[in-house]
Amino acid sequence: MYPAPFEYERAESVEDALSLMDEHSDSITELLAGGHSLLPTMKAGLATPDVVIDIGEIDALRGIENAEGSITVGALTPYSAVDDSETVWTETAVFADAAHHIGDVQVRNRGTVGGNIAHADPASDLPAALLAADGTVIAHGPDGERSIAADEFFEASYMTALAEDELLTRIELPKRGGHAGAYAKKPSPSSGYAIVGVAVVLETDGNTVTDARVAVNGAMDHAVRLEPVEEALSGESFTDETITTAAERATDDLDTAMVMDDLQASNEFRAQLVEVYTERALDTALDRSSVAPPAAD
Amino acid sequence: MSIETIEAEEIDVEEVLGSAIERREDPELVTGEGVYTDDVQDPELAHMAVLRSQYGHAEIDGIDTSEAEAMDGVIGVYTAEDIDEAGTPGDLPVGWLLPDLKTPSHPILAGDRARYQGDGVAVVVAEERYLAHDALDRIDVDYERLDAVVDPKAAVEADAPQLHDWSEDPTDTDVRDDEDIERVPPNQAFDWEIGDSEATDEAFENAAHTVEVDLENQRLIPNAMEPRATVAEYKPGTGEVEVQMTSQNPHLHRQLMSAVLDVPEHKLHIVAPEVGGGFGSKIHHYPDEALTCWCAMQLERPVKWQATRSETYLTDAHGRDHVTHAELAMDDAGTITGMRVTTYAGMGAYLSTFAPSIPTYLYGTLLSGQYDIPAIHCNVIGSFTNGAPVDAYRGAGRPEALYVVERLVTLGAREMGMDPAAFRRQNFIPEDDFPHETPVAVVYDSGDYEPALDAALEMVEYEELRERQAELREEDRYLGIGFSSYIEACGLAPSELAGQLGAQAGLWESGLVRVHPSGTVTAFCGTSGHGQGHETTYAQIVSDELGVPYEDIEIVEGDTDEIPQGMGTYGSRSAAVGGSALATSSQKVVDKARTIAAHLLETGEEDLEFENGEFNVAGAPERSMTIQEVAQQAYLAHNIPEGVEPGLEETSFYDPENFTFPFGTHVAVVEVDPESGEIEFHQYAAVDDVGNQINPKIVEGQIHGGIAQGIGQALYEGAVYDDNGTLLTGSMQDYAVPKAEHVPNMETDATVTPAPHNPLGVKGVGEAGTIASPQAVVNAVTDALQPFDIDHIDMPLTEEKVWRAVNGSEEGS
Repeated sequence: MYPAPFEYERAESVEDALSLMDEHSDSITELLAGGHSLLPTMKAGLATPDVVIDIGEIDALRGIENAEGSITVGALTPYSAVDDSETVWTETAVFADAAHHIGDVQVRNRGTVGGNIAHADPASDLPAALLAADGTVIAHGPDGERSIAADEFFEASYMTALAEDELLTRIELPKRGGHAGAYAKKPSPSSGYAIVGVAVVLETDGNTVTDARVAVNGAMDHAVRLEPVEEALSGESFTDETITTAAERATDDLDTAMVMDDLQASNEFRAQLVEVYTERALDTALDRSSVAPPAAD
Repeated sequence: MSIETIEAEEIDVEEVLGSAIERREDPELVTGEGVYTDDVQDPELAHMAVLRSQYGHAEIDGIDTSEAEAMDGVIGVYTAEDIDEAGTPGDLPVGWLLPDLKTPSHPILAGDRARYQGDGVAVVVAEERYLAHDALDRIDVDYERLDAVVDPKAAVEADAPQLHDWSEDPTDTDVRDDEDIERVPPNQAFDWEIGDSEATDEAFENAAHTVEVDLENQRLIPNAMEPRATVAEYKPGTGEVEVQMTSQNPHLHRQLMSAVLDVPEHKLHIVAPEVGGGFGSKIHHYPDEALTCWCAMQLERPVKWQATRSETYLTDAHGRDHVTHAELAMDDAGTITGMRVTTYAGMGAYLSTFAPSIPTYLYGTLLSGQYDIPAIHCNVIGSFTNGAPVDAYRGAGRPEALYVVERLVTLGAREMGMDPAAFRRQNFIPEDDFPHETPVAVVYDSGDYEPALDAALEMVEYEELRERQAELREEDRYLGIGFSSYIEACGLAPSELAGQLGAQAGLWESGLVRVHPSGTVTAFCGTSGHGQGHETTYAQIVSDELGVPYEDIEIVEGDTDEIPQGMGTYGSRSAAVGGSALATSSQKVVDKARTIAAHLLETGEEDLEFENGEFNVAGAPERSMTIQEVAQQAYLAHNIPEGVEPGLEETSFYDPENFTFPFGTHVAVVEVDPESGEIEFHQYAAVDDVGNQINPKIVEGQIHGGIAQGIGQALYEGAVYDDNGTLLTGSMQDYAVPKAEHVPNMETDATVTPAPHNPLGVKGVGEAGTIASPQAVVNAVTDALQPFDIDHIDMPLTEEKVWRAVNGSEEGS
């Protein structure tokens, strides 16, 4: 509950942050944004950085931009701004829906999109949404900027394609007006983190699914796509029957032995939840899509 | 349907008692003005931190404190050896004894062996709190790990690792095989029984139908909002120790701590400032509070200790931890003829203050529930395990008992093919059979169970609900209706009985009512509220008795120097025992005032009527005096009757004749999704009979909070230790305390059967919800899953357990 002593630096700009990271490259450093992952781990003694570099005041990294072809979300944008953004809900609902499911109001006001994605907690909500949304991570390093596709970004528990000397500055989410997206989550009753969380994005032509991206949080050591579900949906008409058939394939590619297994849920039960929540996410997407018949009441 | 609060100024004094007056303590608490222990400041303050055993069971071969001692700002580092050298007794007493109870030493710092994760091993006192915690990391303890046992039943098996040395080495096969030596199992704290074993066996032999169930009442962690804390200051000039601490019973803490520290009781001053909840966890005497005082005495400096949330998980006395086999016998008409219960109750590593009473006298005595059962026998084996000590936790023994009763009764109805409500009704103790003596040594003084059941059935529209259940099952949807017709026993009493049962304390309460010369009142009570709203309810009681306006009354609790004596707040006793003490003192004040008024009005006492604070001469209403006027005269003492002392204040020590017996019926309506194991509440109806209600809003709040806590036990909470005695649910990250979204809307209603023996007719409500709700929920879930032939699932009913039950899987947690 009481963190070990550490040195504190505040970065005024991205360049400043990169130079502080370089300056302290021989020490254990952590970047502080919203603090909702870092501070609890420091207080529990699980993280004991020598230096904490606070990037939280770099205003250039905050905000949502409606650019051509994509929505750009700055790394320091709080979840609540995403959840409150009509643009994000319209253009890439899955991401807004996932942000809406994080923690509670206080957490959403403080925790940041960039921090969440860079931390890559396997039970976090945004990673699967980023995968389903086919997003891109933009990272700044000593040699400038580079783009990392979501599919290449998450590597393992708390491990990403970000290099030690890189800073995640923003993400880009392709616009998908007219798509159907949803996030369905089974939260842990204690922590509120995802026991499983399933993100789906479907593009439809008439009532035919032309493209499907489905990904899951919480099941494996990092967010992964559920390709058998995507295959079962693509080219099919978007109906309850299709959804049921597709959801049954949710764990086809998951090695049960590698599925997360802890006090909250065994791997066997998690696998069951992946199916149930895949179906629920797809149901919600169907309800939200233009394919759905008008509600009866 | 929530009850609207009213402001006291809006109502007349005769309506104060029984009105939903706004809690007067809230403005201070919600605006941050309240002073909790950690808010106590002093420029000289030093900070204590406790190094806790990282292992569930280990020999301590050595402790090197030199590096910690050398740190700048560290004032002192102490181990058990230092306590010993100072000549401090340092051993925590047990406040309730049973026949043949084993009472192993419980030192305030572990010396050569740590017996649970959290057992204190050393303390650091430093200039700053962070520094004290940093210094803990520099203490080097040489542990030799030992095998551990955490299951209450496994702990008394012959080959279990033994925690305390009092019997033969269980690994010594020579001794074990020698049948001439009657051995006590290695970790058995007690073997206790109640009821008639022979009569019960006979009932089972003659039974037409029997049901049985193996169930666990899982270990729970209290989670009061405010972690425990202490500030202690020693005054070398006078030898006094001033203590501010998170206490539910400062007088009791004073008495116990006096023995632990060898400080005379009159030199110990204990104050409970604002206390942020307790649920029982702040009744007991823990090592840490005594250690804080000990350090303050050693250093002659004020010392503060504030537990972290992690420390509360490790060290606050946990609750429940029962492993039980229970059986019910019935005749061919579904009338209950007997009940037989065997329980293994985990005590944790040491006996906490009142631990032995909880799974015995507060458990076995409640097994008759609301039912007329001719024969009951209950055997409880208490065992030491490598976990935090277990003691009273909201409900304390009674939830465990009613869980057994109401699960058995539900299974009994199922066995008989009867409706669970009808089965209960058939077996209720009839309304004309009170007082009713049960076969487990208790006399229910009053009760009327059918109206509460009827009201609950009406609230949920029971008949329609059963039809709806049948319809939904056609659609493969699983609705379940669960009943809990519960009884509880509050305000354990009288003291003489408590003494016969092993209590090392009386269970009366003191109340002092002081009318000031100006006519305002300060009332002092030996209970010690920590969220219950006593400042409001006690003022309502005194206002009603004296006819003095509610706003003119101040309530004082939680200070051993201000209040004559006290037993504290727990066991839903404050209203029934403390409130009755204040009512009795108020009546004595009125009696004295009457004597003075009669003298001044030149009439006989018998001719004076007292109403709404005014003495009137019967038949001559113009001759009258208010109690405030009498108070003024009592202090002026210029003209008071001969033989009457000046002043107007009275003290009473109220010792009740009996427990009080609240009761009621709760009904939970849930839907279970067999695919995900998820449980969704459709309804929760509670009808409680807590006797006369002093403040219906506060009653409602207690019921709501209690139900939420019981639902926490039913669905979410459970302390998990691994086989090494490591607590796996050591924080809110892993231990699911229910949140607002987990708790259904609750509809509440009441019947009122006043307690016959106390002046207020009140019974107590603090624990009713936690006692009633777990089995309502579990019964609802098993009712929903009846098509799957599921009789029982152990709490907490996590989605995984429900899913596994439905899928018939044997694996998993």
